[in-house]
Amino acid sequence: MNLSTWLQQQEKNGHQAYYTFAFIDEGAKREIRRKTLKAIAIPGYQVPFGSRDMPIARGWGTGGLQLTLALIGPEDILKVIDQGADDSVNAVNIKKFVSQVTGVRLTNQVQEATLIQTRHRIPEEPLREGQILVFQVPIPEPLRAVEPSERETRRMHGEADYSRMWLHLYENIVQFKEIMIGSRYPVMVHNRFMMDPSPIPRWDNPRLHMAEGLYLFGAGREKRIYAVPPYTSVKSIEFEDYKFRVEDFGGVACSRCGRTNTFLNEIIDDESGKRTFICSDTAFCSKL
Amino acid sequence: MGYVAVKGGQEAIENAFRFFRYNQIRQGSEPIQVEQIRDQLHLLIDRIMSEGSLYAPDLAALAVKQAAGDTLEASFILRAYRTTLPRLGYSLPLDTARMRVIRRISAAFQDIPGGQILGPTPDYTLRLLNFDLINEDSQTYQEHIADLFQDLPEYDELPQTFPKVMEILRRDNLLIGRNAQVVGSTKSFDITRESITFPAPRSAALQAMAMGETGGLLALAYSNMRGYGMVHPTVGELRVGYLEVNVKNPYTQQPEKIGEIEVTEAEIISQAKHKDGNRPQFTLGYGLCFGHNETKAISMAVLDRAMQSEEPQSPSEDQEFVLLHIDGIESMGFCNHYKLPHYVTFQSQLDRLRKAQEKA
Repeated sequence: MNLSTWLQQQEKNGHQAYYTFAFIDEGAKREIRRKTLKAIAIPGYQVPFGSRDMPIARGWGTGGLQLTLALIGPEDILKVIDQGADDSVNAVNIKKFVSQVTGVRLTNQVQEATLIQTRHRIPEEPLREGQILVFQVPIPEPLRAVEPSERETRRMHGEADYSRMWLHLYENIVQFKEIMIGSRYPVMVHNRFMMDPSPIPRWDNPRLHMAEGLYLFGAGREKRIYAVPPYTSVKSIEFEDYKFRVEDFGGVACSRCGRTNTFLNEIIDDESGKRTFICSDTAFCSKL
Repeated sequence: MGYVAVKGGQEAIENAFRFFRYNQIRQGSEPIQVEQIRDQLHLLIDRIMSEGSLYAPDLAALAVKQAAGDTLEASFILRAYRTTLPRLGYSLPLDTARMRVIRRISAAFQDIPGGQILGPTPDYTLRLLNFDLINEDSQTYQEHIADLFQDLPEYDELPQTFPKVMEILRRDNLLIGRNAQVVGSTKSFDITRESITFPAPRSAALQAMAMGETGGLLALAYSNMRGYGMVHPTVGELRVGYLEVNVKNPYTQQPEKIGEIEVTEAEIISQAKHKDGNRPQFTLGYGLCFGHNETKAISMAVLDRAMQSEEPQSPSEDQEFVLLHIDGIESMGFCNHYKLPHYVTFQSQLDRLRKAQEKA
C-alpha cells in the first residue's frame, strides 16, 4: 500500500490524516529500526537511541510506543495489554492513539496479533514465529538496584562484572532467608548480558527462554532499546541451593475461568475483606 | 464480582477528561483568550517555551490554557508538538555580544562600559499584593499607559549593542580562555537526536539544562550555593534581550534573518583555577535560555561551572546526577506513572513478603 492510497483510505475511515503514518517522522523510524537490529544482533545489550517526545507522558510507555510505531505497517494487527488486561486504562489510551495514526486493526487475541505491546506481562499463550512482543520498560538497567551511576553500570556490563548483583541476592538470603526480588527479576541472556526483563512477574521469566517470537524492549525516558531474539537462552539468575522460583498461588483457581495454571491478581472484596483471585491475562481468561 | 473493573476503561477515560474540562469552565467566568495569556502572563510563556524547547509564544499560550496553568503539563504538550515538526536545518551560531539588550547588569563591577541597564524587573519592589489590579479594565490599562509616558525625562537612545563584561576580564588575562573549558568535541551535540552518554560534552550539558525545568535546576544549583559545592558565583553579567536568528541561504550561501528570539544569558565568575604552572585565572559558568527567566539562567550557569569540577564531591558537581534529573517532562512523567496500575508487580512483592514471613 502506498501513502496516497493509505491517505484516501484514512479519510474514508474517518481517521486522522494530519500526522504522518504512525506519527513518528520517517528519519526517526529508520533510526529506531537500525538500533533495533543492533539490539537483536547483541541479545540483552542495551542500545542507546535518540528517544523522541511522544504525546503520552514519559514513563507511560513511550519506549514501547516508539518501537511499535517504528515497526507497524498498515497490514499489522495490534494487541495492547497493561497488567495483562486489554481494557486497562493505559492500554486503551495507547491503542486509541496507534489506531488514530495508523488505522490498523486491533485485536484482543494473541494468535491473531502480529504485534503486541505490553506493560508488566507476557501473555499466557505462547507466541509463535513471526510475532513480536514489545515491552514497555521503566528502568532498563538491571544493575540500577545496586549501582546508581550509568557510567559505572555500562562499565560493569562491558566487563561482565555482575558480582554486586550476586552479592545483593546473597544479602537477601542472609536477611530474609529468601531472594526478595518480586518482579523485574534479572536474567542472563545468551550467557553474556544481564538483562532487566521489565517489571514482569517472575511467573513470566521462564517464557523468555528459547521462545519462538521476538521480544523487544523499549525504554523511552532512559533512551534504550534491547532485545531477546527467538530461540535465545534466557536464564533467571539463581544459586545452586537457592533457586529462582515463580510466584506461588497455593493452588487456588481463577474465580472467573477456573484455571489453576495462570498468573492471578488478588482481589479484596470491599465488604468482607475476603480474597478472591482472577487471571491477570483477561483475554486468556475469557477464552475457554 | 461486581467490584472488579475488567471492562469499561475507555468510557471512564473519556469521562475523566470531560470532567477535567468541566472543572475549568464550570464557574462561568469569561473565557480567557490565548492572546491574553501570551501577553499578560509572558513570563509564564517564556518558561513554557524554554522547558518545552520550542520558541512559539502563541502555541505556548494555548498549551497553558489547555493545561489549566500547570507548567509541567503545558511544557509537555508543547514538547510533544515539537516532535512532530520536521527539522529543516540549524541556525548559524548566535553571538550574544550582538544582543539587542533590554536589561543587563553586573554584580562584579559598580560601573561597566555601557552602564547598568535595569530594564523590566520586579526585583527591587516590595512584594505586597497590589489590590489595584483586582478591577482592571481596558480603560484603566489606557490610563496606566498614558501615565507611564507622561513627563518622561530626557534620555539618551540606548546603543544597539553593549560590550560584554567578560571580555574586559579576558583582555586583562584574569579569566580563563574561551576554549579552555570545552570538554569533549567542539561540534554541537544534539540530545534530542542522540542519547546522552557520560562524560557528556559541554554542549550536551548546556542543551540539557536549556531544556531543563526551572525548579529542578534551581534546587540543584541552590544546593551548591548553600555549601554542597564550591562554585561561589559572582554574576559577571546577566543580560536579557533579543537575538537575531540567521540561517544560511542554501542557494546564495549568505546568512538570512528568519526572526528574533528573546533570551536570558547569565555569565558567572567562579573560583580561580591554577594549573600546570600557569598563572591562576577565574573560571566561568554559562547559562542561556529562551525568554526572560533569570532564575533559570543563573542556576544553569552555576551548574555548568559545578559540573566542571575535577573531583565531584556533591550532587550538583556530578554531571550524570544533574543532567539526568533536571528534565521536567521526564521527571514529571515518571513520577506520575506510579499512579498507573501496578497490580502485577505488587502481587509479586506480596508473594515474596509472605514467603519471608513464613520463614521468619
